[in-house]
Amino acid sequence: MNAAERSQRRDYALRIALPAVIAVLVLVGWDLVVRLNQIPPYTLPGPLLVAETFLADWGTLWPAWLVTLRLTFLALLVAVIGGVGLAVLFAQSKWIEFSFFPYAVILQVTPLIAIAPLILIYVDSTHVAVLICAWIVAFFPILSNTLLGLNSADHNLVNLFQLYGATRWQILRYLRIPSAMPYFLGGLRIAGGLALIGAVVAEYVAGTAGQGSGLAYRILEAGYRLRTPRVFAALAMLSLTGILIFALFSAISHLALRRWHESAMKREN
Amino acid sequence: MQQSGRPLVRLHGVGKRFGNGVVALQGLDLDIREHEFLSLLGPSGCGKSTALRLIAGLGEATSGAIDWAVEHGNRDIGFVFQEPTLMPWATVFDNVYLPLRLQGVARGAAAADVDATLAMVGLSQFRDAYPRELSGGMKMRVSIARALVTRPKLLLMDEPFAALDEITRFKLNNDLVELWRTQSWTVVFVTHSVYESVYLSSRIVVMAPRPGRIVAEHDVVTPYPRGDAFRTSEPYNAHCRDVSKSLAAAMQEEPA
Ligand SMILES: Nc1ncnc2c1ncn2[C@@H]1O[C@H](COP(=O)(O)OP(=O)(O)OP(=O)(O)O)[C@@H](O)[C@H]1O
Ligand SMILES: [Mg+2]
Repeated sequence: MNAAERSQRRDYALRIALPAVIAVLVLVGWDLVVRLNQIPPYTLPGPLLVAETFLADWGTLWPAWLVTLRLTFLALLVAVIGGVGLAVLFAQSKWIEFSFFPYAVILQVTPLIAIAPLILIYVDSTHVAVLICAWIVAFFPILSNTLLGLNSADHNLVNLFQLYGATRWQILRYLRIPSAMPYFLGGLRIAGGLALIGAVVAEYVAGTAGQGSGLAYRILEAGYRLRTPRVFAALAMLSLTGILIFALFSAISHLALRRWHESAMKREN
Repeated sequence: MQQSGRPLVRLHGVGKRFGNGVVALQGLDLDIREHEFLSLLGPSGCGKSTALRLIAGLGEATSGAIDWAVEHGNRDIGFVFQEPTLMPWATVFDNVYLPLRLQGVARGAAAADVDATLAMVGLSQFRDAYPRELSGGMKMRVSIARALVTRPKLLLMDEPFAALDEITRFKLNNDLVELWRTQSWTVVFVTHSVYESVYLSSRIVVMAPRPGRIVAEHDVVTPYPRGDAFRTSEPYNAHCRDVSKSLAAAMQEEPA
C-alpha cells in the first residue's frame, strides 16, 4: 500500500467515523437534556424512548412507510417518463420548447403546499392526488437537466453526424441521449428526494382532511394524540428513507458513468 | 502520386459572411485535384477552418459555389477536427464504427473494416479502450481512423496535429503520408506550420486574413516517400523559405 492509497483509505474512514461521532454526541446530549430537565415525553422524548416506540409501533409504521415509499417511486417513475419525454420533445424543436417551457417553470415555482388542497378537491382518489403532487415537484429537475444535457452535445460531433447524413433519430439515439446521461442522472438524484417531500406534503394536506394512510398521515395523527415519541420515530424513518433514496441514485449514477464520465471516474494521478 | 489528377471539387468565388458581419472568406477560387495532398496555410483567423467546413458541406457559402466533379455521397468525405472529438462514452471500436453505423451497416458486417482501419493507425490492441485511457496522440489516431473507415474520396483535416508534441507529430506526419500514398485519397490539410505543410504537401495554398482569401500557391515537387532526411535537405529548406516569404507577405498585405 503506497502513501496515496493510505491517505485515501484514511479519508474514507474519517468520512464515516466523523459523522458517526457527531451522531453519538448529539444523541447523548439529547438524552442528557431530557433526563436532567425531566422533560415529559409528550414534549420531547429521549432517543431511547423513540427507539422503543419505533419497535413497538412497527406494525403501524411499516405499512404506512410502504405506502409512502410506493407513492414516491411511482411518482418518480412517472416524472422520469414525463420529464425525459418532454425534454426529448423540447430538444426537437425550439418552437415547442419556447411554447411550453415557461409553463413547466410555473408548475415548478408554485408552492406545492398551496395547490395540493385544490388537487385534492378536483381528484377523487386521494392516492392519485398525492401521486400528482409528488410528480409535480419531481418532474422539473428531470426535465430541465435532461434538456440541458440533450442540448449540450459537442457541436463538432453534431457536425460529424450531419456530415455522415445521420437522421434526427440517429443523432438523438447515438449522440444526444448519451451526452444527456450525466445530466439526467444528476436530475434523478434531486428528483428522488423531492418526490418523497412531495408525497409527504400531499399526504399531510390529505391527512388534515382525515384521509390518508402514509407516514405523513401517521405523523399528523400521532401529533394530534400527543404521541410525540411516535412522531419522532416516523420522522426518523422519513429522513432515513430520503438518505437511502439519495444513496441509491448516487450508486446508480456512479455505475452508469464510471467507465467514461469525469464525475464517476477513479483517477490514478 | 505526383501528377495531380483532374479536379475533384471546384470552389468558384466562394464567400462566407457570418451573422455578426465578419467576412471570413471572400472570392475563393480553388480546384482540389484528385489524389493531391493540398495544404491550406495561413495565420490564425484567415478562414481556413471556415473554408474546410464549407467544402465538407457544413454550412452554406454566402456567395459563389462549391461543385463536385464526381458523384459523392455520405461516406465520401472524412473530417478530422483539431481536437479528437471522440464520444467519451464509447470504446475506440465504437467510435471508429460510428460512420458505418450511421450508414446502417450492422456491427458484425462492419467489424472487419473497423479492425482493419484500427490496424492501419496502429491501435488494434486498444479497440476496447475508452478515449480517456488514451494519450493525446492515440486519440488523434482514433479520430483519423474514424475519418478513414468509410474509405472516403476526400479527407479534410483541420490542424489535426496542432496540439501534439513534435516527436509525435513527426511520427503521425509520416504515418499519414504513408497511408495517403498507399490509398487513393485526396487530402486537404489545414495548418499554420510552414514546415509541416512543406513536408506533407504536394501543393500549398497560402491564405491571408480580413477578408480570408488566397494570396499564393506553391507546388512542392519533391517526390514521395520523403522520409526524415527530407526535413534537413536543401530543397526542403528552399521550399520553407519560399512559403514563409509568401506567408509573411500575406500577413502584411493590406486588405483588398
Ligand atoms: N460561427 C462563427 N460566427 C461568427 N464568426 C465566425 C464564426 N466562425 C468563425 N468566425 C470568424 O471567421 C474568421 C475566420 O475563422 P476561422 O475559424 O475560419 O479561422 P482559421 O483560419 O481557422 O483560424 P485558426 O488558425 O485560429 O483556427 C474569424 O475572424 C472568426 O472570428
Ligand atoms: Mg481553425
